Amino acid sequence: MSRPLRAQWGLALATFAFAGAAWAAGGDLGQAEKQPTNWTAIGMFAAFVILTLFITKWAAARTKSAADFYTAGGGITGFQNGLAIAGDYMSAASFLGISAAVMTGGFDGLMYSIGFLVGWPVVTFLLAERLRNLGKFTFADVAAFRFEQAPVRVFAASGTLVVVAFYLIAQMVGAGQLIKLLFGLEYWIAVVIVGALMMVYVLFGGMTATTWVQIIKACLLLGGATFMALMVLLHFGFSPEAMFAKAVEVKTGIASALGKAPDAAAKEGSSIMGPGGFIKDPISAISFGMALMFGTAGLPHILMRFFTVPNAKEARKSVLWATTWIGYFYLLTFIIGFGAITFVLTNPGFLDAKGGLIGGGNMAAVHLATAVGGNVFLGFISAVAFATILAVVAGLTLSGASAVSHDLYATVFKHGRADSTSELKVSRITTVGLGIVAVLLGIAFEKQNIAFMVSLAFAIAASANFPVLLLSVLWKDCTTKGAVVGGFLGLVSSVALTIVSPSVWEATLGNPKGSALFPYASPALFSMVIGFAGIWIVSLLDRGARAAQDRAGFLAQQVRSETGIGASGASGH
Amino acid sequence: MDADLTERIARNPKYQELKARRSSFGWMLTILMLVVYYGFIMLIAFNKPFLSQRLGEGVTTIGMPIGFGVIIFTVVITGIYVRRANREFDALTEEVVREALK
Repeated sequence: MSRPLRAQWGLALATFAFAGAAWAAGGDLGQAEKQPTNWTAIGMFAAFVILTLFITKWAAARTKSAADFYTAGGGITGFQNGLAIAGDYMSAASFLGISAAVMTGGFDGLMYSIGFLVGWPVVTFLLAERLRNLGKFTFADVAAFRFEQAPVRVFAASGTLVVVAFYLIAQMVGAGQLIKLLFGLEYWIAVVIVGALMMVYVLFGGMTATTWVQIIKACLLLGGATFMALMVLLHFGFSPEAMFAKAVEVKTGIASALGKAPDAAAKEGSSIMGPGGFIKDPISAISFGMALMFGTAGLPHILMRFFTVPNAKEARKSVLWATTWIGYFYLLTFIIGFGAITFVLTNPGFLDAKGGLIGGGNMAAVHLATAVGGNVFLGFISAVAFATILAVVAGLTLSGASAVSHDLYATVFKHGRADSTSELKVSRITTVGLGIVAVLLGIAFEKQNIAFMVSLAFAIAASANFPVLLLSVLWKDCTTKGAVVGGFLGLVSSVALTIVSPSVWEATLGNPKGSALFPYASPALFSMVIGFAGIWIVSLLDRGARAAQDRAGFLAQQVRSETGIGASGASGH
Repeated sequence: MDADLTERIARNPKYQELKARRSSFGWMLTILMLVVYYGFIMLIAFNKPFLSQRLGEGVTTIGMPIGFGVIIFTVVITGIYVRRANREFDALTEEVVREALK
């Protein structure tokens, strides 16, 4: 069974994989060297696992219906959901990757943080409340609200599964590399542990367990990062200027040690205080920015979280809390990155013979943990990083399972007549299936540079899911045909343009430099236009009987989206 | 929800007002966010020396407060929307719902 699967994915891999993209450096952990087994870290991680398994046991007793499984019965508060969203969104790659990017490029590292953050206000202003008022379990409930169910659900499930697949592969490979790095375990053992634990959380505890795993992880990560940033700032008497000055001095020193003339060394040292080579051409910058900004508003596992709260007001509060925590977290990673320049790059104990970090570039935050808190804190941060991956993959798996059981099985195959028990059964079977596939893919992609996958997932979410969702909710004349055709156009074009971009076409497929048909770093600027234009044109040309029905349904949809009358789970709260 | 109720709510001037106010406020803030974010990217793309200018005697550049400012702006603008929605839009929604269901 696993052989043909792996062979098949070997093909897919040949299509997608590529080596090295500066653009996605902040979203990837890259290859890692195996480190000596770290028992403190393993012990702390074991404590986290035991705690979360108890929570899963408690949650399992509460997970009886499909609604419990998908949305924790809608009983999560705005504050809790905000933390859980933050826990879903702050990945290990963004913690280790962004702090490493700041350590290397200083100011340039801010670009990632800001890009990943700016989508949240847009979600708040345009979607959060309306999503909650219209939806039940998945974002397809909203996108298909007034349309013909089957085609829109098939599109939404495809959009969900493709985004989840790319995101999941990136997380699984990241998990394997990270665990090799931090715990000193074999790659495949780490992937299997992650796969097995996530299956247990989702299978038995559903959304309730997933939510609490995310909340605990968010608190641990925020707590750990706060401690590190405080220790760094304390060292500099809480003066950012003193921290920056020391960082510039360290970078200047490194440049002169490499044989630069004093002038050139000073210039290189102070370059970390301003924008450097990160943005090459403005089109790539805008396109990449659009993928990050609007992709956030189209990530199925994030959108799903809005259905776990009782009403629109709590949905709105959850995004505010999420934005606050995520913004705070990115400020911390910036301080941590500068802290790594001053504490880690100056300590020969953390450097290898060539002056690089022991264990690879992404170890910046990990070595800083040792520098400010000793071995015990290193163990803590390592365990938190592992827990972080677990929380993210659990959310992704739950979202993928819901797309299959709620959108495909219950709505498309059973025409909405599936009972809660059989729907729940299908979700659980899908969870097991997704867990196995994720482990196999994680192992298959071990040696690949999967840096582009997270940004591709954001680009697809921005070009396929987001346009369909936005126009179905806000534009009266949108029709079933328009949504489905435009949505698929956005999906296909974002994937196709990524394949013919330099990073995949030239670096992976070995075509000569300059032969890539699409010269930019991210497809979003073009594929989003294709998606939106597709929906718009096809809807306007659509004159069928179904189109008339779609348009006639807008008023009732709008009234419900604005007032919440008739919203799922609104009564009794 | 039956068609009659929908029609009745849709005709209610308070509903019209809620819809218009929320929509214009939401789009206004969305555009503001886009301007700030893409303004920042454009500044990086076209005027790197400006961001690398030093503030006063130290090494801190003007880019640092601007970059941090964008992060804080993102959180604050979300807060501004939520604050107004919690007070004004929710009260208006409640009135619309009460009138519709009486």
